[in-house]
Amino acid sequence: MIAPPPSGPVPWDKHFAQELLFDMLRIRRMEEKCAELYGAQKIRGFLHLYIGEEACAVGALHALTPEDAIVATYREHGHALVRGVPMNAIMAEMFGKSAGCSRGRGGSMHLFDAAARFYGGNAIVGGGLPLAAGLALADRMQGRQRVTACVFGEGAMAEGAFHESMNLAALWRLPVLFCCENNLYAMGTALGRSESQTDLCAKAGSYGVPAQKADGMDVVAVHEAMKAAAHQVREGLGPFFLELQTYRFRAHSMFDPELYRDKAEVEQWKRRGPIHTFSARLKAEGKLTEGEFLALDARANAQVQAAVEFAEAAAWEPVEDLLRDVVAPT
Amino acid sequence: MKTSYREAIRQAMREALAADARVFLMGEDVGRYGGTYACSKGLLDEFGPERIRDTPLSELGFVGAGIGAALGGMRPIVEVMTVNFSLLALDPIVNTAAALRHMSGGQFPVPLVVRMATGAGRQLAAQHSHSLENWYAHVPGIRVLAPATVSDARGMLAPALADPDPVVIFEHAQLYNQEGELPEDWRCDICRAAVRREGGDISLITYGGSLPKTLEAAEWLAAEGIAAEVVDLRVLRPLDTATIAATVGRTHRAVIVDEGWRSGSLAAEVMARILENCFFDLDAPVARVCSEEVPIPYAKHLEEAALPQVPKIVAAARGVLGK
Repeated sequence: MIAPPPSGPVPWDKHFAQELLFDMLRIRRMEEKCAELYGAQKIRGFLHLYIGEEACAVGALHALTPEDAIVATYREHGHALVRGVPMNAIMAEMFGKSAGCSRGRGGSMHLFDAAARFYGGNAIVGGGLPLAAGLALADRMQGRQRVTACVFGEGAMAEGAFHESMNLAALWRLPVLFCCENNLYAMGTALGRSESQTDLCAKAGSYGVPAQKADGMDVVAVHEAMKAAAHQVREGLGPFFLELQTYRFRAHSMFDPELYRDKAEVEQWKRRGPIHTFSARLKAEGKLTEGEFLALDARANAQVQAAVEFAEAAAWEPVEDLLRDVVAPT
Repeated sequence: MKTSYREAIRQAMREALAADARVFLMGEDVGRYGGTYACSKGLLDEFGPERIRDTPLSELGFVGAGIGAALGGMRPIVEVMTVNFSLLALDPIVNTAAALRHMSGGQFPVPLVVRMATGAGRQLAAQHSHSLENWYAHVPGIRVLAPATVSDARGMLAPALADPDPVVIFEHAQLYNQEGELPEDWRCDICRAAVRREGGDISLITYGGSLPKTLEAAEWLAAEGIAAEVVDLRVLRPLDTATIAATVGRTHRAVIVDEGWRSGSLAAEVMARILENCFFDLDAPVARVCSEEVPIPYAKHLEEAALPQVPKIVAAARGVLGK
């Protein structure tokens, strides 16, 4: 049973609410353009779109401070963008240009930004979890009150890395916020076909980690849950597990013919889409006019257009620099 | 001063922990147990449980956490019990630690040190005895070290910790009890191989646990009037091709001794470099003495038969010399 669309009051002022809406629009418009550029062969390799899941990154990352760290997955365009990685640098990275945020060495799956404390862009499922535990350990040992937010999909919860990292984080009371974006499919394998225990909070809870779920299609629910969780982690109460129940509207990657799910299911989930449901709620509360929505959307599209032009014009990394940054220069 | 390989490693860790608050040791049984090979015995009392950190049996988890801690500004020393167990951590080492600096366009170097025991000789059979140094030496982005002497056991850790990139250190399990004279200057250049014995007739090139056997073989050969030069690679990545080429340039003949299996071995890589760099210096085909291609067996006589031994090294050298 798919839940009804998110509804209810938005407990934020107009300015903050529109800021989050704008971020969701930026992700949506950027990724729609990415799909188009993939068709035009400007972007190659794997491209995993986040369309439909925007409320997760936007709600969650707005609950963090600039000192906190983010460890993400290969479906991380949205997280990078919300975290403040410039759209120009993201787009240039997907084009494989040296102005990209990983100098063209990472591509779509490996966006990094040290200044934003954005630690990727990890394309080994579950690979980011031990990393996050270690970042949090470093904070603990150095007496810093920071949160490391580790974003991963429900597919990662079948990996040993999940169990080992949950155990370590709980055992050592590390300040990690485990943020599972449960979009119901690990590539094409439905949760029930890959996990004996489909209650993800029960799995996390078995390590003594407080676990909670939130509607990942509702930016309000995500943000409020994440804010409370981050507060608890920052106060030194140990790790926290947050399950964001969401849905991917597009294919897993550009190579996916989507044989594993019904079109009707996708259509039903689209009715819960994070952007139009949130916009409708804001309009109902008088916090958004149609004119304001169109202006935000136009601004998002203008940013995307500028990013594409920037990426097009950017230089290729010289081949002489191929071996640069394998190890430190001697 | 006389000391043991184990004690030298402990002193190196003690010094590093005392000198730099960012350094900490973590791994299975490094604390209360004192280290599987007793390398960290006493360090828990001296530095406390935060910095001498016992981990669960989670090689993937705690090696990955070591990478994260390194990214977070610490200088972790992660101990893995044996190279066989390190296969459970190949993913974080190869896919993350080795790749991260490059994949992030230079933004995220990983200053991590991973130490592990390697090698056979104690009848521990096929899941505790292998020599897989070459698996790691294959991977760009990491430095691979193999201390074979008390001096290198003492001297390698400090420059490894100072290296801004990941370093994997292989300690041969047969060497922990080895006693030796610790020179006054035990500092180690982790870029260069070391000539352990000079000689003009043939080069014996080796590393790690095979060094004592190779030095003994050189003694045997000396008794036959053959002057063997013994080169200890000690840095398995990046290989010091200059020192390899220099010794072969002097002796014109070479045998490589490597406890790894022959196929795809480090010995094969060294041979390739000799052929690439010194083909016209050679007076004879290069030979190698490697482990037999079999999972290391338990029974003592079988285990001994599987490994490079002094008589095999001597025979290979004689063969190359046509004697």
